[in-house]
Amino acid sequence: MKFSDTFEVRFAEMVTHYPTKRSALVPTLLYAQDEVGCLSDEVIAELAQRLELTELEVRNVISYYSMLTTKPRGKYNVQVCTNISCLVRGGEEILHHCQKKLGIGHKGTTPDGIFSLEEVECIGGCSWAPAAQVNYDYHENLTAEKMDKVLEEYRRKEMQ
Amino acid sequence: MPEVTLTVDGKKITAPAGTLLIEACKSVGIEVPSFCYYPNLSLQGACRMCLVKIEKMPKLQTACTTVVSEGMVVTTDSDEIKQARKSMLELLLGNHPLDCPVCDAGGECELQDMTFSYGAAESKFMEAKNHRDEQQWSPVVFFDRPRCILCYRCVRVCGEGMDVWALGVQNRGVSSIIAPNKEDHVECEECGMCIDICPVGALTSGAYRYKTRPWEMKHVGTTCTHCGDGCKTTLGVRRADTGMEIVRGDNRDKSGTNGDFLCIKGRYAFDFAHHEDRLMQPLIRKNGKLTPATWAEALALVGKKFGEICDREGGQAIGVVGSTRITNEEAYLLSKFARVVLGTNNVDHHRTADFPAFAAALRGKPGATASMADVFTAPAILLIGNDPTEQHPLLAWQIRNNVRLHGAPLYAINSRPIKLRRQATQFLQISPGTETQLADFMAGSNDAADALVSPSTSKDAWLALRDKLKTEQNLVIIFGSELRGAAVAELVKFGASVSGAKFTCLGDYANSHGAADMGLYPDLLPGYHPITGSSEFHREWGRVPQSAGLDLPGMIRAGKSGTLKALYVVGSNPISRLNIDPFVFSNAFVVVQDMFLTETATMADVVLPAANAYEKSGTFTNTCGDLQLVKKAGEVTGLKGDFEIIVRIADAMGFDVHKLVPFGRGTQADMGQTRGAQSGEADRHAVWLEARGLEPKMSPFDPMAILDEIQRLVPGYDVSRMNLLAGNSQHTSLAQAGAGAAHKPELISSANDNLFTSGTLGRYSHALQSVIESHEAKHSEVAAD
Ligand code: SF4
Ligand code: SF4
Ligand code: SF4
Ligand code: FES
Ligand code: FES
Repeated sequence: MKFSDTFEVRFAEMVTHYPTKRSALVPTLLYAQDEVGCLSDEVIAELAQRLELTELEVRNVISYYSMLTTKPRGKYNVQVCTNISCLVRGGEEILHHCQKKLGIGHKGTTPDGIFSLEEVECIGGCSWAPAAQVNYDYHENLTAEKMDKVLEEYRRKEMQ
Repeated sequence: MPEVTLTVDGKKITAPAGTLLIEACKSVGIEVPSFCYYPNLSLQGACRMCLVKIEKMPKLQTACTTVVSEGMVVTTDSDEIKQARKSMLELLLGNHPLDCPVCDAGGECELQDMTFSYGAAESKFMEAKNHRDEQQWSPVVFFDRPRCILCYRCVRVCGEGMDVWALGVQNRGVSSIIAPNKEDHVECEECGMCIDICPVGALTSGAYRYKTRPWEMKHVGTTCTHCGDGCKTTLGVRRADTGMEIVRGDNRDKSGTNGDFLCIKGRYAFDFAHHEDRLMQPLIRKNGKLTPATWAEALALVGKKFGEICDREGGQAIGVVGSTRITNEEAYLLSKFARVVLGTNNVDHHRTADFPAFAAALRGKPGATASMADVFTAPAILLIGNDPTEQHPLLAWQIRNNVRLHGAPLYAINSRPIKLRRQATQFLQISPGTETQLADFMAGSNDAADALVSPSTSKDAWLALRDKLKTEQNLVIIFGSELRGAAVAELVKFGASVSGAKFTCLGDYANSHGAADMGLYPDLLPGYHPITGSSEFHREWGRVPQSAGLDLPGMIRAGKSGTLKALYVVGSNPISRLNIDPFVFSNAFVVVQDMFLTETATMADVVLPAANAYEKSGTFTNTCGDLQLVKKAGEVTGLKGDFEIIVRIADAMGFDVHKLVPFGRGTQADMGQTRGAQSGEADRHAVWLEARGLEPKMSPFDPMAILDEIQRLVPGYDVSRMNLLAGNSQHTSLAQAGAGAAHKPELISSANDNLFTSGTLGRYSHALQSVIESHEAKHSEVAAD
């Protein structure tokens, strides 16, 4: 399977960081997921072979981390935290708001493939709860209105 | 290792430094409960059942991951610990179904036992249980997810122990599950290790599941009947309409060298006994058709015919083919029967290794054979030829675990990229057929290395390897049937230059080594004594024909030319295994003893239905030369063991069976009654005798009487009878073997069995057939993709 040159450069560098190849698995999975959109069977087979692991081992690791997925998701993955700090500061409401707004539930994807939604555990933004993460961007001190703006922003980006 | 002193529950104990606390406690009889801990597997620390209090440590500690240290003060039983155990069990039972009465593991479940000993009487959990349907992962492996307590033993034994890595853990926390390597099924070696190691009823086997309850079985420890490794297997038997039925095979008591290891064949392929094609009564050819007959009729006919032919044509007109799955006692008896009763040396069997050449090379070298236990402890191993993962699963397990646990270097040289190369410090591939040159090179001929050189291995690399090997201490050298004749002698010559080197010669079937030791050869008597000359056998047996007899090809030629008038085949299927034209024997009187109407039996004049190795007693010698007991487990009424059949034929020929089997001397015993008010006394008496390591030897059908003779006469078999009867393997020796004879290495033909085949016998095991079919189906799917 073919990855982009950027991936190859990053991968080549990554494996040099660890004493054993398998240690490079998690970062490599993230790079691959960012590039392909999800960790398809093909990606799994390729990475297993490169890192001298069984496909089962690669799958075990993917299933452990909620940030890794084997199924394609929307272009923007909205991850709303409902853990303690966010919960007491209205995280659940933000989640429900997003569900209504996007018309999808936990782990759902909008029909146009732009958004998907996920309820997640603490993302480390407790001081500015409630917080959400869209792909790698953080959005904090959220209210329903603020969330609308955030979503609008991404949609606009997509329209351009 | 220096000893460490510590205090456990107020008791001062010592243990070698490095010992795990849980093991140290066990060694003095203090039980620390555990689930995930399993000796010889990596530490997991997952179940928290083994929590103990260690002074100066703030929290309770896991005894399974803590190493003993000097002055440690440990408490394994306090209110705090009791409470911790209760809580752990409560959590485990949170989603565990509470239906032990219908669970396959009920009665021998570790969770059940622990809950009984350490659990709380009630549960605070009110939540509904998360049910999941059971899944079938292969013909062998079934998984019932809610029962799983996530101890990860299965994952570790499959990966670390088997080097298969077919099981994994997916998700995390409470949603963790054990997952197979192929989404909804496993693609693996089907050994069943994961099933047996599972402490609960989460993994169950296709062979045994829901057939019976553990307490309804009787357990008999015997030796596997399949490959040459001689795993000890404990068979669970139960009463059936036809006698005793074997319903389970395992070795959970870890008696025997194999510990709890068994491959699929030892664990599940016992079902041939109840195959629908099993012969249940003797058959006699009448008007060209094999017709059911009584034993009396059949034996009388065989006795009469053999007697007539002996009288008319002499014994040399009769050929005898023995088996590699009959016991030593039967092989010895057959060898003796041929020589003494029939008066012929036309004796042979399916040869799968050059044991005569091996014995000749080791003559006068005591302690030069490696036992199966040695393979696990050897400081270094050289493996030439063979593919142990497929052909010798236990040997492969011993090698893998030696490398993993003791770090022994493995040097493997093979013409195929065998799986054990993954454990090898050095793996060298050679061209097929150059094994002989390899042996020559090892023995010192540098020129021979030219045939071994390849782009990946230069001549210098070969020289370096040989030098390296010579520096190893107590190297165990294991070789397959690729090495035969002079090559075996060359290899042994090389071994002489390595200090403490020991050898193992790999033969394929359960008693291939024994068949060779017991002299199922046309030119060798038991113990590799040449037929010409004089030995104890010539003296004791009396009438031994003095010239070498016919080997199998010779018998075929004699069959063709019409000089062979009778053929007696015991537990062998040469027509199919050696690809012989079935019509060559059509003019001879052919008698076949077997379980099934094999290709050989179909052309017989008399077919005698024989008991299999799980239905009789005696001994087997594994490929390493370890002598082990074979004990009767199953039983099918109406059948007779080969031992009894041979004796009865001798009797029917009018031969004095006292001259064949030394019975009725010595022990005199009241064997009690078998009927009436005192019935069962005979059994009790047998139990009493067995408990004292005594044997009756009261009847001509008692193999122990022949074992006496074997131990007395066959060199290297004078091992401790007490230890043997106690169920331990006893290593025999070839150092005092007879001088042997010039041999024909070309007659050796490897059985080429793999993990799922077992000669003719394997074809009658539904367990093996279903696995073969499912693996084939999967491969053809892949091919079609
Ligand atoms: S049967 Fe053996 S090889 Fe297959 S999954 Fe279980 S332990 Fe692994
Ligand atoms: S299936 Fe059995 S052996 Fe495997 S983790 Fe679950 S309980 Fe342990
Ligand atoms: S390794 Fe050989 S002896 Fe052991 S169980 Fe398998 S077939 Fe039987
Ligand atoms: S609880 Fe929401 S970011 Fe920590
Ligand atoms: S046995 Fe120690 S944690 Fe499981």
